[in-house]
Amino acid sequence: MKHTFSVMVENKPGVLSRVAGLFSGRGFNIESLCVAETLDPELSLMTLVTRGDEQIIEQINKQLNKLINVLKVVDVSEGDFVEREMVLVKVKAEGNTRAEVLRMADIFRGKIVDVSPREYTVELTGDENKIKAVLELLRPLGIKEVARTGTIAMPRSKKTP
Amino acid sequence: MKLTGAQILIECLKKEGVDLIFGFPGGAVIDIYDELMKSSIRHVLVRHEQAAVHAADAYARVTGKVGVVLVTSGPGATNTVTGIASAYGDSIPVVVMTGQVPTKLIGNDAFQEVDIVGITRPCTKHNYLVKSVKDVAQTVKEAFHLARSGRPGPVLMDLPKDVMVDRTEFKYPEVIKMRTYNPTYGAHVGQIEKAGKLIVQSSRPVLYAGGGIISSNAAEELTELATLAQIPTTATLMGLGGFPGTHPLWMGMLGMHGTYCSNMAVANCDLLIAVGARFDDRVTGKLDAFASHAKIIHIDIDPTSISKNVRVDVPIVADCKNALGKLVTFLKGEKGINWKEKHEEWLAQVRDWDKKHPLSYKEEKGVIKPQYVVEKLYELTKGKAIITTEVGQNQMWAAQFYKFAEPRSLMTSGGLGVMGYGFPAAIGAQLAAPDRIVIDIAGDGSIQMNIQEMATAMEQRLPVKIAILNNQYLGMVRQWQELFYGKRYAATSLATAPDFVKLAEAYGAVGLRATKPEEVVPVIKKALKTPNLVIMEFVIAHEEKVYPMVPAGKATTEMLLV
Repeated sequence: MKHTFSVMVENKPGVLSRVAGLFSGRGFNIESLCVAETLDPELSLMTLVTRGDEQIIEQINKQLNKLINVLKVVDVSEGDFVEREMVLVKVKAEGNTRAEVLRMADIFRGKIVDVSPREYTVELTGDENKIKAVLELLRPLGIKEVARTGTIAMPRSKKTP
Repeated sequence: MKLTGAQILIECLKKEGVDLIFGFPGGAVIDIYDELMKSSIRHVLVRHEQAAVHAADAYARVTGKVGVVLVTSGPGATNTVTGIASAYGDSIPVVVMTGQVPTKLIGNDAFQEVDIVGITRPCTKHNYLVKSVKDVAQTVKEAFHLARSGRPGPVLMDLPKDVMVDRTEFKYPEVIKMRTYNPTYGAHVGQIEKAGKLIVQSSRPVLYAGGGIISSNAAEELTELATLAQIPTTATLMGLGGFPGTHPLWMGMLGMHGTYCSNMAVANCDLLIAVGARFDDRVTGKLDAFASHAKIIHIDIDPTSISKNVRVDVPIVADCKNALGKLVTFLKGEKGINWKEKHEEWLAQVRDWDKKHPLSYKEEKGVIKPQYVVEKLYELTKGKAIITTEVGQNQMWAAQFYKFAEPRSLMTSGGLGVMGYGFPAAIGAQLAAPDRIVIDIAGDGSIQMNIQEMATAMEQRLPVKIAILNNQYLGMVRQWQELFYGKRYAATSLATAPDFVKLAEAYGAVGLRATKPEEVVPVIKKALKTPNLVIMEFVIAHEEKVYPMVPAGKATTEMLLV
């Protein structure tokens, strides 16, 4: 099962390596990892996507909590949550595919952020499925380069007051 | 007044109650040594940095305080890694201070530079690179706090040379609050109730105690619980001494070289109460067959230990002493239970297993059996000695045949299994308890892994006794080769060895040797009377094996017996 953890950590040198080392040392997988400072500059938020059975996920949760620099661990995928990832895709855009790339970008509410006579660079955001769908549709047109941020996530707010 | 980093460091150590440091100097820590020399803190010069950590580890185990180590950068630091990993495996509070090249040179591949914080990240509870003299006091405070609280463990501080020379105002943080670290000590009352009810309902309970009993000083509560509810009790290697080895409810150690009785009891119990233990593979054998009919209560201060290897019915994250105390109180409140009667049948069954296959060995005429040596060590010290062990057969015979009466009397590298642990540990233990008899039960292989510490023991005038069970083999590996590898003894013969008696004499110590069974007792008696460092060499049966033995990966009921 895929799980998305939100990990609040101290913004100190070496913390990322402690988290990464925990995963490699214990044979857990990291599918994606996103880290940036929070509103409180002393803290950073990591969004970590991993896979494992119930027992492994429980261990990952506990082992993350055990790291001294970790303040809080939330398995956001336990409840309703919003996830987003951003990708930059450089696509071949020549002759008649030039318009097709634009149409695709438009359909998926992407933006063209760089243009050259032969290529477009498209910026797209969405959840895992959307990103997958766009990339599959753009692939036949000729993808030159892809850069992905990895997933960030947040639990949804309670809908009833 | 402004103090240097080194002065601040020493002041902080004093505030933490440090009275003894094990170490070895070098270029990067000369400034610290210069200050240490002027202070009241005693320094013990080891002959290899690994030994410093093992000695500090044993010092911590005997005293319950934090063991402290000071070494230089580069090789000094890397030499401590085995010691640190051992302390980590056994959850022993140790603070290791390593020198480091000046901050400007870090990352420059400088002389004697190594990224020791990176190297020890996975084998310390936490570690620090102190980059500014302003951080020294806070870091020392945190390091000691982390080492001794929660699940204890080793903490490393890397101290660059310039940071130790720079000056700042010294202010010691009297209170410590770390917002990311707050271990749970008090057991949840609801969970205690659930556990208590399971004990009341069970008819075949077993108590399984680990090293947590020792580190949380819970031996008394454990004995009280066992006695009150008449529960037969076993322990891991790390838990030995946590329950009196002569108690009628004591079943002996469990696991790969555990007693028949303990392993059978665990396999057949309907309730397993694990306290401060972590279901290590050497304890459980094949997981599916371990306590497979039982509900499991697991008390541990470290949440990661719970449900790591086996599913647990009632998890209790707490200090063992706290949880056991509450559990005893709960059970005392359950009136009208005649525990003796309730568990009569079960206890009879347990005694039956014990009678059927007690720990034993075959005597051979004219040949010294290692088990006999350990039995005599036990008798002649009346079970009151502090025993340290190396790793391998010597360790298992010590665990099986020395009946530990009280906690903090066995020092052994249980988790990591370090050959070479026992002798430096004996040095640390003797320094912690000058009036006790300290014996390192060793093999001829492992004693040679830190034999250089003879000089340390002599210099400190420590009357440590080393009992070498010499079978001229790396015995435990040879045992596996005999049983599972068609007697192909690859690289396990140690026929070439020093004359241990002469070796002792070379260091100015006393060397004794026994080659026949009737010489064993006189040698031990003579050693115990000698107020110096003594090596006792027992030339034992060459191919003696440790039994019972559960082959790796087998169920613990599938024991090979004597």
